[in-house]
Amino acid sequence: MTVYIMCFILFLVGLYGVLTRRNLIKIVISVTIMEFSVFLFFVLIGYIENGLAPILTEELNNPVFVDPLPQAMVLTAIVIGLATSAMLLAIAIRLYKKYGTFDTRKINNLKG
Amino acid sequence: MSDLVPLFVILPLATAFLIPILGQFIKGFQKGLLPLVLLFLTILAINFITKGIGQPISYPVGGWDPENGIPIAIYLVLDGLSVLLLLIINLIGFLSAFYSISYMRKFTSQNNFYALLALMIAGMNGVVLTGDMFNLYVFLEIAVIASYALVAFGIERTELEASFKYQVLGGVASLLILFAIGLLYWRTQTLNMADIANVLKEGSNSFYLTFTQILLVAGFGLKAAMIPFHAWLPDAHSSAPSPISAMLSGVLIKAIGIYAILRLFFNMFIINYEISLVITVIGTLSMIIGSLLAFGQWDMKRMLAYSSISQMGYVVIGVGMGMILLSKNGDESVASLAIAGGLFHLVNHATFKGLLFLNAGAIEHKTGTRNMKMMGGLAKQMPITSTTSLGASMSISGIPPFNGFFSKLVIIIAAIKGEFYLLAVLAIIVAFVTLSYFLRFQRYAFFNKSKFTRKIKEVPFPMCFSMVVLVILCVGLSLLIFPGIRDIILTPAVDVLMETTNYSSAIIGM
Repeated sequence: MTVYIMCFILFLVGLYGVLTRRNLIKIVISVTIMEFSVFLFFVLIGYIENGLAPILTEELNNPVFVDPLPQAMVLTAIVIGLATSAMLLAIAIRLYKKYGTFDTRKINNLKG
Repeated sequence: MSDLVPLFVILPLATAFLIPILGQFIKGFQKGLLPLVLLFLTILAINFITKGIGQPISYPVGGWDPENGIPIAIYLVLDGLSVLLLLIINLIGFLSAFYSISYMRKFTSQNNFYALLALMIAGMNGVVLTGDMFNLYVFLEIAVIASYALVAFGIERTELEASFKYQVLGGVASLLILFAIGLLYWRTQTLNMADIANVLKEGSNSFYLTFTQILLVAGFGLKAAMIPFHAWLPDAHSSAPSPISAMLSGVLIKAIGIYAILRLFFNMFIINYEISLVITVIGTLSMIIGSLLAFGQWDMKRMLAYSSISQMGYVVIGVGMGMILLSKNGDESVASLAIAGGLFHLVNHATFKGLLFLNAGAIEHKTGTRNMKMMGGLAKQMPITSTTSLGASMSISGIPPFNGFFSKLVIIIAAIKGEFYLLAVLAIIVAFVTLSYFLRFQRYAFFNKSKFTRKIKEVPFPMCFSMVVLVILCVGLSLLIFPGIRDIILTPAVDVLMETTNYSSAIIGM
């Protein structure tokens, strides 16, 4: 149970970072922390105590496998996460070129 | 018939792949291919509607058969509700792509623009069709990542800032949704929506499920820009190129926000009173605050963006009232009337808000400003833009005989019949506020004395064509109020939501 709670705390740490940080790059890092806490959670829900890697061989009888589906989902989600992080960083770099700063307090053309 | 279902995803995806490659060698390839593909998909969707869909058509991707009654493959499910959304997505997509032929002349790298637009439509079609939770997340990300790039397409200061804000909030929303999907999988050990519904049928409404539902409401509420989560919408929707604004406001927030909420909460979870109350309250807040915020805007596109929040509020209260009545075992006919009103307004909003953003794009294209104080006297110089925009403004503020009047009327009648008197009064007041700010828009943009020294001409044919088609739809869709036409288009969608358990039994039973 502690692992799940720590996983949730990691999620909240990321959320706190998104809400309070003023630096664009730190915001991107916070989003990534949130992302990885969710990935960790997915791997955890598929884990079974003393489970083997889910590969069928002939020698095994009555094997206990970990659930392979969350692992497949995490792989997909990591690829999607790569796309979102790349997109965020690309925009952050473009913003830096326009404004010469990463500070969100100085990047405020738009209000609400 | 069922073999045609994956075309809705495959064709736009293939288009998105082909345009950057072949578009470099063949001149005009990108401009020709995307509108043609979307026109074909629109006709296909109309074909599905006119044939009538009794039972949901499901297509197992990869052809995996169910094992002991448990579905293994990813299912694409086409039923009354999804076909309605498919029609809107592809029709507005076609008109926006056709409009872009002239509008995007001033931009460079048009290949990327059309490829991203195709990708966004592929993602939305996928979200609407899929019957699998994780697949929903994947398609949703395809649609929103393409939209992040499209919002930033102008790469000026405001565009980049809006896109960054949109991405951070959109990213948080996606993660909330992914987290909820993980929780659901943990409880039910399956990802198929029909199968999850089947498993949840036996379980009680525990704290665990309520937590999951709240995560989903927050996640999809962020995507749909309901009021506590609305901060990104006015920036993102007003900064994008106008055809994209029309797609974002007219279709994207419905397809990945409202549709997902409807599908999950009606067909997958058991409807409970607390969540339906939360959804209705969020809808009411959006309706009121969105319209008040729109009232204070002088930037044309920001005003339209805020008014989108307000109009989506109407859709959500219509559906939310239906949910409350269903959860309390209230009058079924009133519940179905409320849901029909909500869906009717959803369809109408796609047409008139799409049209208004295209009008705003036409004005910006010719005059170079978005500030309403700087305009005036455009009615004489741009007659087609002016007429179509008048039609759309009348429609959104609920003047008969335009379609907006009838959908608002149905929602208000349902509110009175269901004894939600406060909601009925608020809906009427907000309709008047909407009318007032759209009259202001008309007066400042089109009827005041002209402030332009140079001569302003009407926009070219492709832009006019899209606007005229949409204004005809604005008038024509009021026909949906008559039973004969309503039974073909709207009733199948309402039935999907009313018979909540039918969805899972129809798919599991196959």
